[in-house]
Amino acid sequence: MSTMQLANVSRWYGNVVAVNGVTMDIGPGVTGLLGPNGAGKSTLIHMMGGFLAPSSGTVTLDGAQVWQNPDVYRTLGLVPERESAYDFLTGRQFILAMAKLHKLPDPGAAAQRAIDRVEMEYAADRTIGNYSKGMKQRIKMASALVHDPAMLLLDEPFNGMDPRQRLQLMDLIRQMAAEGRTILFSSHILEEVERLASHIEVIVAGRHAASGDFREIRRLMTDRPHRFLVRSGDDRALAAAIIADGSARSVNLTPKGVEIEATDFQRFTWLLPQVAKQSGVRLWEVAPSDESLESVFSYLVER
Amino acid sequence: MNPTIAMITFRAMLGRRRALLLLGLPLLLLALAAGLRMTGTNDLEISTVVLQRFGIATLLPLLALIAGTGVLAPEIDDGQIMYVLTKPIPRQVIVLTKLAVAIVLVTLFAVLPAFLAGLVLTGMTAQVTPAFTVGMLVGGIAYSALFVALAVISRNAVTIGLLYALVWETLLGNFAPGAKSASVQQWALSVADALTDASTVRSTVDLPVALVLLALVTAIGTALAVVRLRSLSVASAE
Repeated sequence: MSTMQLANVSRWYGNVVAVNGVTMDIGPGVTGLLGPNGAGKSTLIHMMGGFLAPSSGTVTLDGAQVWQNPDVYRTLGLVPERESAYDFLTGRQFILAMAKLHKLPDPGAAAQRAIDRVEMEYAADRTIGNYSKGMKQRIKMASALVHDPAMLLLDEPFNGMDPRQRLQLMDLIRQMAAEGRTILFSSHILEEVERLASHIEVIVAGRHAASGDFREIRRLMTDRPHRFLVRSGDDRALAAAIIADGSARSVNLTPKGVEIEATDFQRFTWLLPQVAKQSGVRLWEVAPSDESLESVFSYLVER
Repeated sequence: MNPTIAMITFRAMLGRRRALLLLGLPLLLLALAAGLRMTGTNDLEISTVVLQRFGIATLLPLLALIAGTGVLAPEIDDGQIMYVLTKPIPRQVIVLTKLAVAIVLVTLFAVLPAFLAGLVLTGMTAQVTPAFTVGMLVGGIAYSALFVALAVISRNAVTIGLLYALVWETLLGNFAPGAKSASVQQWALSVADALTDASTVRSTVDLPVALVLLALVTAIGTALAVVRLRSLSVASAE
């Protein structure tokens, strides 16, 4: 059982702050690091993996400094986002080499276990250069697993995978977490994180925006005011009816249609057709205008 | 030294098209030597010029540049170095292994061909051939350490290395005597000069100075590479 602790970790490049005062503990089980592209997830993972010095703050694994301490890799396994492995080696040669670099007592057996674990035996004797994206991801996974580490860091592991490969990898990650490992993976897709992680850390614009159970985060994300753009047969009449009903925080008549800010998402989507029907207005289009992940995240930051 | 890192590095260096690049120049040197021998123009003067201009001044720095930067720079650029760095291996072991591979490659593709070319040209006359072989070997070690360090320090290692070898050592060395003395090529030549009786081999640097500088460059280059590899930041994707 391993725990990684980040204490007030910041990282800046010149004048640009990539990660800003992040403090978090990552314990056993699956933790999802969620945030939009460019939020600083990779920078954070690089610092956790010992590939980048924090500009300030500390990253420790079970109390041991990660930066400039190669010994942590006995308990830490890392799956980098970048695709390139040693393309000229076969999968088996690559994993065996990784086992030897770890100076494992029986590198051959360890390599075989890792290859079996990711179900790559059928392709183990082909060169990695000829692997598909999903196969590369799995062989990289095997390379991180070969020494049976207590903690695993995965940087955007589902990128470029097809749905079937995604499910396989999710199963594998769940199994490993069930064995008591500490696993952190990054993603910019809420659904991925929700399906896999019991605990979520949200990073937005370099800041630690939210932390907790996925239900909690989900509620935070759906309980915010939702904006809709509605086009109808009679925008003015519809706007008047909605104001009279009182289910919206604000109603705005624009040349494009009626802009409505609803406080309760569920109630509003249930109510709108009824209000329209009662006032005899035909709805042409109901479009959420701020459902992008970025706007959900920025709402979380503003809170 | 780590045999696994050495195996991966050798395969990376010799597996790609780079191997052909490594072979081109030494084959040219051997062809030139054979041509001179067949036409009977292989007197000591010309043989020395060939070994010095083609061997020490061209083949050695270029091959050391390809090998020295090649053992590390592509891995750092492509991010594969992460697979080696995420292991509990002391960083000096990684650097020393990479350096050893570079030196073996320089020996195979520069020192050995120069030795063979020397044999074809002059045989063992006035010890010119063994003298140049030893000179190139010690020069090759210093060059390799220099270029391995450069590969860890800069993403533009090949460009900087080329500028050093071509502009500093070759061009500036012809005009400014000071620049000539601060050059691995001259130190290697000084070692060769000391080992042969042939008056055709002349160096501007005294042997003790050359030996000290060769050792210093090798040691500092290696140490610098270790220190920089310890705090190598992998470029963030963001």
